[in-house]
Amino acid sequence: MLKFLFTVIRRDMLLAARRRGDWLTAQFFFVMVVSMFPLGIGPEPGMLRAIGPGVVWVAALLASLLSMERLFADDYRDGTLEQMLLSPYSNTLLALGKAIAHWIINGIPLLLIAPLLGIQFNLPAEALWTLVLSLAIGTPILSLLGSIGAALTLGLRGGGALVTLLIMPLYVPALIFGAGAVEGVLSGTGSEAHLSLLGAFLMMSLLLAPWVSAMALKVSVE
Amino acid sequence: MLTADELACERGERLLFKNLGFELGNGEALLVRGGNGRGKTSLLRILCGLTVPAAGVVRWRGEPINKAHEQYGREMAYIGHANGIKDDLSPMENLQIAAALCGRDLDDATATAALEQVGLSRCVDLPARVLSFGQRRRVALAGLMTAGAPLWILDEPLTGLDVHGVAMVEQMIRDHVVAGGLAIMTTHQSLALDGLTPKILSVGE
Repeated sequence: MLKFLFTVIRRDMLLAARRRGDWLTAQFFFVMVVSMFPLGIGPEPGMLRAIGPGVVWVAALLASLLSMERLFADDYRDGTLEQMLLSPYSNTLLALGKAIAHWIINGIPLLLIAPLLGIQFNLPAEALWTLVLSLAIGTPILSLLGSIGAALTLGLRGGGALVTLLIMPLYVPALIFGAGAVEGVLSGTGSEAHLSLLGAFLMMSLLLAPWVSAMALKVSVE
Repeated sequence: MLTADELACERGERLLFKNLGFELGNGEALLVRGGNGRGKTSLLRILCGLTVPAAGVVRWRGEPINKAHEQYGREMAYIGHANGIKDDLSPMENLQIAAALCGRDLDDATATAALEQVGLSRCVDLPARVLSFGQRRRVALAGLMTAGAPLWILDEPLTGLDVHGVAMVEQMIRDHVVAGGLAIMTTHQSLALDGLTPKILSVGE
């Protein structure tokens, strides 16, 4: 069972390593979107500090969605998805493996870039640290919930836009608690409450999302 | 071994077939016949468990296949219209990852032997992207051979293959069935399986 999970993850990482261009697009998108705000709004430290956490979080959300539509689409097109669904292991495990692989490939780089981008918004060190922590708990949620949308819209025309419309509302709690944690640090009220709620949301997505996304995959492949 | 009872299939509110049933035992082959759009592919997808039939049930060793997902996954190998080959990986990597996903270990020697047998000994390490359509089909067939599954479900296995390729697939199917395996296939081309008469099943008539 675990071996199957690792094989799915390893496979997706290998494929991402072979197509670095596709992989870098989402990361550059993240950097670009975040960097546009200080340029557009102007160098006023108080204002930048106030909008910083929200901007970084929204950009992370969009970057995650950008790479999401191709999570299953490529495998669907070349028939490997069918083969994986027919493998002797549970389809839920397959969906979980794909979501974890998506997080490793697209989520972890965001965590590493985020503190650098936070500096542009004049965030203090403590807030930067909380930003990374909130993203570390939050980006797996984005990958897990996004996989549901990717599975549902498989094989539809204009699937990419549809994923965004379907999944954005589900991302709202993660956005509120994630950006809220950093704002809590800035305003001095602390970030623990927000981070705990974010953690609870992660647990819930971890339990439900792979299962729902496996069901959606079966319907879409049919 | 494999039985289908009263299968029915609907596509977009149109009934493709109903009351379709057959039984297939060890060492038997089944050739599914029917014109374009009669539901051959739909039938094969039902048999391998990708599509849920509108009515009826498919059983493998007496168990409905949706209840025996794990065992059926180990004992059934399916080649569909798409080859199930990753363009960015070499034929070798494709075979090994496909085997690992089914919980089997495939060493280099066995994989190389299978690829040689399908005539791809010169392309083992090239990315599948540069291979021709027929060569990719051969990679999928090599995967079939290394799968070691008793039941083969093949949807148009001859598409894109040259004369030698067709002869090779005929030989593969014959060997497999003679060794006690089961094979279900569709094809529009004539299939010469000397010494072996497949059962015939017509759909949608």
